[in-house]
Amino acid sequence: MTASAEKPHLSREHLLALLRQMIRIRRFEDKCAELYTREEIRGFLHLYDGEEAVAVGVIPVLEQRDRIVATYREHGHALVRGVPMKAVLAEMYGKQDGCSRGRGGSMHLFDRATNFYGGNAIVGGGLPMAIGLALADRMRGDDIVTACFFGEGAVAEGEFHESMNLAALWGLPVLFVCENNRYAMGTALALSESETDIQRKAACYQIASEAVDGMDVIAVEAATRRAVHVVRETRKPHFLECRTYRLRAHSMFDAQLYRDKAEVEAWRHKEPIVRFQGWLEANHLVHPDDLACIESEVAAEIAEAVSFSEAGTWEPVEQLTRFTHAEAEG
Amino acid sequence: MIQPATTEITYRDAMREAIRDAMRRDDRVFLMGEDVGHYGGCYGVSKGLLAEFGAERIRDTPLSESGFTGAGIGAAMAGMRPIVELMTVNFSLLALDQILNTAATLRHMSGNQFGVPLVIRMATGAGRQLAAQHSHSLEGWYAHIPGIKVLAPATVEDARGMLWTALQDPDPVLIFENVMLYNMTGTVAADAVPVDIARAAVRRAGRDISLITYGGSLWKTLEAAAVLAGENIHAEVIDLRSLRPLDDATIMASIARTRRAVIVDEGWRSGSLSAEIGMRIVEQAFWELDAPIGRVCSAEVPIPYARHLENAAIPQVPGIVATAKAVLGRA
Ligand SMILES: Cc1ncc(C[n+]2csc(CCOP(=O)(O)OP(=O)(O)O)c2C)c(N)n1
Ligand SMILES: [Mg+2]
Repeated sequence: MTASAEKPHLSREHLLALLRQMIRIRRFEDKCAELYTREEIRGFLHLYDGEEAVAVGVIPVLEQRDRIVATYREHGHALVRGVPMKAVLAEMYGKQDGCSRGRGGSMHLFDRATNFYGGNAIVGGGLPMAIGLALADRMRGDDIVTACFFGEGAVAEGEFHESMNLAALWGLPVLFVCENNRYAMGTALALSESETDIQRKAACYQIASEAVDGMDVIAVEAATRRAVHVVRETRKPHFLECRTYRLRAHSMFDAQLYRDKAEVEAWRHKEPIVRFQGWLEANHLVHPDDLACIESEVAAEIAEAVSFSEAGTWEPVEQLTRFTHAEAEG
Repeated sequence: MIQPATTEITYRDAMREAIRDAMRRDDRVFLMGEDVGHYGGCYGVSKGLLAEFGAERIRDTPLSESGFTGAGIGAAMAGMRPIVELMTVNFSLLALDQILNTAATLRHMSGNQFGVPLVIRMATGAGRQLAAQHSHSLEGWYAHIPGIKVLAPATVEDARGMLWTALQDPDPVLIFENVMLYNMTGTVAADAVPVDIARAAVRRAGRDISLITYGGSLWKTLEAAAVLAGENIHAEVIDLRSLRPLDDATIMASIARTRRAVIVDEGWRSGSLSAEIGMRIVEQAFWELDAPIGRVCSAEVPIPYARHLENAAIPQVPGIVATAKAVLGRA
């Protein structure tokens, strides 16, 4: 762990909170996978297993007024940001109690209250949106940072390059967070990029960048602190590449023909929860009681989310066309 | 009599066989798109082809729809016969500039000096609860564009045969594969041949009303026709097969027999292919009609995720039956 050097207030409470959030995402998604096989959740389901340290390291560093743009692999981001778990799960059930009224499902979680601008299922599609959000903030002189998450696959899209250029050209307060998990569906990074050192791409656009071990929650948090500080002070974009690994299939339909089981196994040993927990244990910062407490609280929250979602209601079909346009206020 | 050898395969397998055939037949043909190789195709169409033909000809691309569709155009102009696969019609919008501004215009704009013999395949349609960025039916939009052909194979036989026909075309051809059809099985001749794409097909004959449809809606429309038959209403079902150009003759001949028409289209109603067909009927067969034309289209909303809302948003059998009966004055 790179811990102490970077970061001033590593209180025990704070460390446990990081561990708790990672465990919370992992257990929640384990439940989602189970609910998916029971066909309670349908559509596409993209799990974040192995990548939790990124959302947990980045998002709590942001202020409440800051904005977040995410991808279809965004359950963890929504949870850490404070979108209630029950609203996230009800969304996946397709219930109107969900955070998008059941109209978006797993890939399209939205929450205005927490400035969560959604999961976007067009690869690269969120980047131009982040540019626009930040442009508005810049024009109004608001002290807001927009954090934009995307996979390394998105880096090949024209929209990525267009967005990088605009952010630099116009001086926009965007924190680009590339979640480099080495695969875009079944396409390994080396099969799609001539330059596989992703953070170097930022240099062409005069954007400062840094690559960080995305399996190390403390390192991610420390790098994010530095980056957000720079963005806030300079009102210029910054690029953070988090090197991580997706331990599960791309989605629930993926036979994983493109990688060896041994490769996945090797990464299992480096995964962020085991690693962080081990470090905490070695430094006597976590007790078995703490862990038991986290697990039971998380289990209770998940159980509540499941019963909330089951009890949730279907939006009446009569409302199918509602909100295609804004409704006149009554 | 010697029976021609036939095999029972899925629509997905038929597509794969068509690609394999084309690759074996003509070494100018190659397949390019996101995850067509190592992943096996996002809907499994190209599974196994990488091992057979290698990474040069089963070419995985980065996530650059505009970039690799443009590369397909250039390769076609330079004498290759590329097949570009776009994962879904929603993502094809990132390549729309290349399709519309380049592929469709080049022959005309260059005074017939350059053609673009490119085939672009993509998935279309709702029904898998994939919500509003993966479920739309925009083939009717593409059918608006002069300079390209738009095909919608609805049967396993057409899935097997249309690619061959498309690859023989000197100009761009778009093939739309409805996602709900991939697992459907059907019978095809063991040694398939190119199929004619100039004509729509009458999939069920009837004298009381013409139900005009294509793609994934064909099977719902046939089901509706069976329901109507139970009420002694004999519906004729037309599968358009080609959305651009449209086979007006087959449509008008059917209306001359039935004098009534309902168009079933998974696209939205406003400004749609169904509107175009309706208007052509008005232009060409107005005096043949005994009743106003009916339409069953998708609701004017982004396709929602929840199953009941998704079902409510797209054409379904009861809606087709009810619309047909209303047109017949038997509601
Ligand atoms: C424009 C577009 N093209 C293709 C897809 C299909 N698709 C969904 S996720 C994905 C892989 C993206 O990989 P990456 O950006 O690395 O994110 P990850 O899934 O690894 O988190 C692909 C090809 C899409 N959703 N949008
Ligand atoms: Mg990736």
